[in-house]
Amino acid sequence: MEYVIEMLNIRKEFGNFVANDNITLQLKKGEIHALLGENGAGKSTLMNVLFGLYQPEGGEIRVRGKKVDITDPNVANNLGIGMVHQHFMLVENFTVTENIILGNEPTKNGSVNISSASKKVAELSRQYGLNVDPNAKIEDISVGMQQRVEILKTLYRGADILIFDEPTASLTPQEISELIGIMKKLIAEGKSIILITHKLQEIMDVSDRVTVIRKGKGIGTVETAQTDPEQLASMMVGRQVTFKTEKGPASPTDEVLQINGLTVEDARGVAKVKNLNLSIRKGEIVGIAGIDGNGQSELIEAITGLRKSKSGKIIINGKDITNRKPREITKSGIGHIPQDRHKHGLVLDFPIGHNIAIQTYYRPPYSKGGIMDYAAIEKKAEEIIAQYDVRTQGPHEPARALSGGNQQKAIIGREVERNPDLLIAALPTRGLDVGAIEFIHRRLIEQRDSGKAVLLISFELDEVMNVSDRIAVIYDGSIIDTVLPSETDEQQLGLLMAGHSKEAAVVQSEEGVNNHVQ
Amino acid sequence: MSNRMINLLVPAIAVILGLLVGAIVMLVSGYDPVAGYIALWQGIFGDSYAIGETIRQITPYILAGLAVAFAFRTGLFNIGVEGQLIVGWFAAVYVGAAFDLPKFIHLPLSILAGAAAGALWAFLPGLLKAKMKIHEVIVTIMMNYIALHVVNALIKTWSGGGDKTDRIMESASLRSEFLSSLTDYSRLHYGIIVALLMVAVMWFILEKTTTGFELKAVGFNENASEYAGMKIGKNIILSMVISGAFAGLAGAMEGLGTFGNMYTRGGFTGIGFDGIAVALLGANTPLGVIFGAVLFGSLKYGALNMPNAAQIPEEVVQIVIALVIFFVACGYAIRLFLTKISKKKEEK
Repeated sequence: MEYVIEMLNIRKEFGNFVANDNITLQLKKGEIHALLGENGAGKSTLMNVLFGLYQPEGGEIRVRGKKVDITDPNVANNLGIGMVHQHFMLVENFTVTENIILGNEPTKNGSVNISSASKKVAELSRQYGLNVDPNAKIEDISVGMQQRVEILKTLYRGADILIFDEPTASLTPQEISELIGIMKKLIAEGKSIILITHKLQEIMDVSDRVTVIRKGKGIGTVETAQTDPEQLASMMVGRQVTFKTEKGPASPTDEVLQINGLTVEDARGVAKVKNLNLSIRKGEIVGIAGIDGNGQSELIEAITGLRKSKSGKIIINGKDITNRKPREITKSGIGHIPQDRHKHGLVLDFPIGHNIAIQTYYRPPYSKGGIMDYAAIEKKAEEIIAQYDVRTQGPHEPARALSGGNQQKAIIGREVERNPDLLIAALPTRGLDVGAIEFIHRRLIEQRDSGKAVLLISFELDEVMNVSDRIAVIYDGSIIDTVLPSETDEQQLGLLMAGHSKEAAVVQSEEGVNNHVQ
Repeated sequence: MSNRMINLLVPAIAVILGLLVGAIVMLVSGYDPVAGYIALWQGIFGDSYAIGETIRQITPYILAGLAVAFAFRTGLFNIGVEGQLIVGWFAAVYVGAAFDLPKFIHLPLSILAGAAAGALWAFLPGLLKAKMKIHEVIVTIMMNYIALHVVNALIKTWSGGGDKTDRIMESASLRSEFLSSLTDYSRLHYGIIVALLMVAVMWFILEKTTTGFELKAVGFNENASEYAGMKIGKNIILSMVISGAFAGLAGAMEGLGTFGNMYTRGGFTGIGFDGIAVALLGANTPLGVIFGAVLFGSLKYGALNMPNAAQIPEEVVQIVIALVIFFVACGYAIRLFLTKISKKKEEK
């Protein structure tokens, strides 16, 4: 069998820390090879070794059978290896073509020859079905399109081995299925792909083989056709993982949150939430399903007091909190796991202990007469760290140094410990691996079972389906329908999220099933 | 090499490197570096008079450094320390000269007047930043010019067209017979005690109080702080006001201690701007500010002796002093170098 890339027994150390310990990855020509591992397992390190950003301490790399020494990214480029980064490296106010030729500009009589480059970009785009306008500005195109520009960039430079680093992290479900189509097209045109991910469904959908690494060690390589998500998950985490979160039926009681006719505008004065109504009772989890940008962020910001509402009422525990200050709202019984944990959830330069106290620091026992009692904060932080399994060296470690999953656990610990009547969880598992996701889902359900209300906002359909007791579908700023998870499926939800009415969705969804059967 | 060793070595190596390059500059310009450095040493530590004057010079640097560092720790760039210092100086001298009160009221009142004037001068940029998101760097720079010329005009008006204010009353003076006689009748005054006290105050506010917790949180991440229920605008204003008060105190020390009055000025004192470097050299920590101020104050004052004692022109002296400070600011590079060396040794 012909391998285009062989990474044999790679070892990479950082000081005393072994990031890659004897990992082997062999990429066949024309395959999509998934590289699976938890956050911090060493996936990126391995790929940075392949891309020439790190030099390995041991092992060897062969490209098309020949042993090579990849000393820097230029060597990797010349070997035909291209990387599609997770965080796009694009200049916002340049056009697609300008971004693609950046650093490698074709010149004619000393000036940049844009038109020939733009023709070549258009050609490549057609060949691989990427559908990118070479003259569009980056700031004007969608995230999915920007990613395709990154793909074009590698193709333009002649790559035939493409590394995709967590490519679906910021895409909508529709964009993900488009990307999968593109990847298949690339393979059909003779390229080979390494797909870095921790999402199991994606692997099952597109990959031919999977190499799993755990805590820096290579666990093994399996054929996708001969495995299933359960096996992959246990290889990745090192123990059995349950996907379907166990939970009993909900027994909702009194209403906690009531939203009537809420309208919220964004910074430009465009209404993002339009006449929205929603009610949540104690003892239930209500999931908001919707495609990103349909008013979810503005809705949360209005509830938590970070954004003014234009009209309508938000009532919590019978108290009107519309347009009140964040602290007053927090005190009325709301806890909030923010959607962007780095922007709103944590002060990254503060120790994790301070972060755990950031909602309560001004109250006794943490503050007495204006003087802080840091010892009390530390004690509480240690409790939460232990109870919520936050892996850290201790309360003094800066929040920045923790992995995403552990940062999230600390935030959840902080919010749940305040014992709020309503917990708002916005994309609580974004970017986390299955182990952490399982943990967080279990905590949300525990919160419900102790008689509290949970509002879950998520772009992941299976998360909404698994965790919620009721699903409210948001489209264009309004709740267009509320459904029960037991009475719907992903297809119907997907159509509702795209703005179809329930009746249309039911019909189309059934047709879809019939087509599938034929 | 242990971290502690490196921490101690870095500034020492930096100063030596700066002096070496400075020596080359003097040699190339045709002056004797040995004589130059002896003159610098004598200027700083030569006799008790020099030591007294050096400490006097360090005093406003500490306070200006605290002002910059405090704002910086809370996410703000106070470039207006110079202007706040000037209004603080004038206000302190005004209260010191215009009233006749017992010392235990008059002196504290004059000092407070300086702090209050600086705080007020910083309040406006803070307010504009908090309410209208106008960047504090632009506003504070412009307010430096306003401070300079407004104070010049006030001095002229007050003195009936003259170029200096009345002298302050004895009851408002920081002058100290004791300190002065101890240092061969230098102008050393009690201001150094005020400055060191303020170092402790800054540490206490930032590390011990609930206000400090909020100020730091807002400085690091406004979004997360707002989400946690802190009032962003209030914290920005408060931070500027405290910073401005430190700057105003620096001016008060000059007015009530060193000079006893105030002259109209053709340009800035420079202390406020040097305060930025002092704060950065000290990594914006209270203790670090003392280190930065000692370095700045000693070099500035000691350098005055170099033209007299070693016939080195003022311009060359300024280059040499700038080089030393430059190398100290480059401490990071030296640290990197030391870490590499110690790693290699470990490998062997």
